[in-house]
Amino acid sequence: MPGLGSAALVVAFGLVLYAALAGGYAAYRGRRRLLDSATNALYASFASVLLAALVLLAALARHDFTFSYVASHTSHELPLGYTLASFWSGQEGSLLLWLLVLTGIGSAAVALNRRLIRTVLPWTVPILGAIASFFALLLVFVASPFATQVAPADGAGMNPSLQNPYMLAHPPLLYLGYVGLTIPFAFAMGALASGRADERWIIATRRWTLASWTFLGFAILLGAKWAYEEVGWGGWYAWDPVENAALMPWLVATAYLHSVMVQEKKNMLRVWNAVLVAGAFCLSLFGTFLTRSGVINSIHSFTQSSIGAWFLGFIAVVAGASTALILYRLPLLRSRTRLESLISREAAFLYNNLFLVAFALTVLWGVIYPLVSEAVRGVAVTVGAPYYDFFGIAFGLPLVLLMGIGPLIAWRRASLRALGRSLLWPAGTAVIVGILLLLGGAGSSPAGLVGYTFASFVLAAIVLEFVRGTRARHALGDGSWFASFTSLVGRNRRRYGGYVVHAAIVLLLVGAVGIGGFGTTREAKLAQGQSLQVGDYTLTYLGSQQERAANSQELRARLAVSRGGDDLGTVLAGKNRYFAEQQTSNEVAIRSDWLRAEDLFVIADQFNPDGSVFVKALVNPLVNLIWLAGLLFVAGSLITLWPDAREQRRLARRFAEEGALARA
Amino acid sequence: METVAVLLAVLLAVAAVAFVARPFLAEPEPEDDRIGSLTPAEQERLRLLERRDRALGALKELEFDHRTGKIADADYEASVGPLRREAAEAMRALEPQTASVPEPVEKVDAPA
Repeated sequence: MPGLGSAALVVAFGLVLYAALAGGYAAYRGRRRLLDSATNALYASFASVLLAALVLLAALARHDFTFSYVASHTSHELPLGYTLASFWSGQEGSLLLWLLVLTGIGSAAVALNRRLIRTVLPWTVPILGAIASFFALLLVFVASPFATQVAPADGAGMNPSLQNPYMLAHPPLLYLGYVGLTIPFAFAMGALASGRADERWIIATRRWTLASWTFLGFAILLGAKWAYEEVGWGGWYAWDPVENAALMPWLVATAYLHSVMVQEKKNMLRVWNAVLVAGAFCLSLFGTFLTRSGVINSIHSFTQSSIGAWFLGFIAVVAGASTALILYRLPLLRSRTRLESLISREAAFLYNNLFLVAFALTVLWGVIYPLVSEAVRGVAVTVGAPYYDFFGIAFGLPLVLLMGIGPLIAWRRASLRALGRSLLWPAGTAVIVGILLLLGGAGSSPAGLVGYTFASFVLAAIVLEFVRGTRARHALGDGSWFASFTSLVGRNRRRYGGYVVHAAIVLLLVGAVGIGGFGTTREAKLAQGQSLQVGDYTLTYLGSQQERAANSQELRARLAVSRGGDDLGTVLAGKNRYFAEQQTSNEVAIRSDWLRAEDLFVIADQFNPDGSVFVKALVNPLVNLIWLAGLLFVAGSLITLWPDAREQRRLARRFAEEGALARA
Repeated sequence: METVAVLLAVLLAVAAVAFVARPFLAEPEPEDDRIGSLTPAEQERLRLLERRDRALGALKELEFDHRTGKIADADYEASVGPLRREAAEAMRALEPQTASVPEPVEKVDAPA
């Protein structure tokens, strides 16, 4: 029923446009019932978009090739999971997912803060409506997923690279992250438009921001895991433009999550925070533009389309309007509080912000420079890994150091002596670890040695924070040491959940340094029975085999693996030939050793007529810590996100006092 | 099939319009249709509430940092006085009759 899908989108477009225009008029003229009506339009738009999404999902499940979208992205032989996932593998479906998530979480955020919006932040609804109107307009007039055609016998299938389990979760999580950043943006701009300089919008959006940031961060890692397994070059992050597209808003959102604490505690950085919120949202739009427009060659970009100009125009409007609003409200935002000392927690947050934003801007320049070069000079250039690696180290190492130093400094001011005393244990640990690593032969990679030394510094600082805090709680009579520890974390989930996230970043650093600085690669053409030595592994080529899978023909090289004389079984590496798609994909073999956290990574690149095969094998030390870091990152975020009953009670008392002020 | 689709689409549009119009159809009409906004005096009170909470939070933070050895005695002494004064001033301005200088926090929470 493509007609029903199209109609649902048209209705949704009308509703979000009404939410934007009527909501804007209501906010401007102070009309409550009109604002309520606009809010209802936002809620109803979600139901309408959901109906459109269900129509598309049903068409996918039924292989209804009268839908052009279904015919272009699926085939009869495509397994059901991937068939349903093709909802977001194409441009039109991706845009529909954007709108679905936006109207869904926008409605939820508005419903949960309805009283606040009705009384003090009325502009939030029209801002959400305006953003949703842009996506609905694209879906109705430019890129409809409900275009029809005469049904072909079979569809074109799905790009083989997308046929990976991680692609079932990566795009939706990425979009939850991208779209989630709309919420702090809409509330922040709503507060500015309403002339509110207080921190209610921050409190209202705290969890939304943190959740979006978590989704985005976890999605980046899932994307890296997909690239590691599916693209098969042996690495995990290639500074690809589309990978960078997700990294940039995440970096800026990370800066915001730190600097907003300074605003909450010291009433400082209010202009800066408004700029960061707007910047993170614009970068999330830019990320969607990069992925969907096809303007940049990328291993992740699966589309060439005409929506690029629309996106660029919308980003320009959002950036321009946000800048104008922030400038207009500058007198309201300016803080009279000053930094008391350059050695203080807030100063550390400021340094951290400068490095994070500088890094994000550096990445942005690397992404857009090829476009600028081509537009201005007509010369196509690429910005390669060395550029990003250089700035990654230049900005990353100070950031890692700050992760260790920041938590050990007090707010307001700290003397150098107190700071020195706090740093004694972490610095001592780092020096000892550095010496041990040097003695163990880690000096072969100076960058790796520095990375591990810094990582041990941060980990020691985190452990010290937990130990000191637990001791303080124990001294206050919180019972057993374990009770003191749980009480410490439970009484301040934001701080200690944040430390767990820091530990995850350190784990990621250790894994990244391991694979980047201490990996081994060997390649050879092997005839049957011949062996290849890589690290302490021996690979022996046993022969090739072919099998027919549901939608592809699988060709594999069978290789026996041994280490130190121990037989570790066989691995299968090769290629898949997809029937409907008429494409071939590399299928690598990965043998993980979880005790060592390392992978043996095997690529069978070329099968020769004489029966030999060209094999490339890598030993990726500590790479599995990167994936483990993803789980720890989520655990830390969950601790931070978990509702705190004491905090809720405190806020309820405070809002009750404020509520008496507002004529609800 | 297409007839069903058209009927469903019409139903959707009608339901959406009814839902959007609901605030105007509610009986009885509200006496005041204005969106609440704060007077300058109310805004000042809100500012004082935030200032009070910020100062009390900072006092807790300071106590905890001092207890965990993160802040030296001299720095603690230099900071605690102004913070208590700030909290007291905000409380006094909010409730002139009952405000007093807060006592040092006895049971210390790990602050944000």
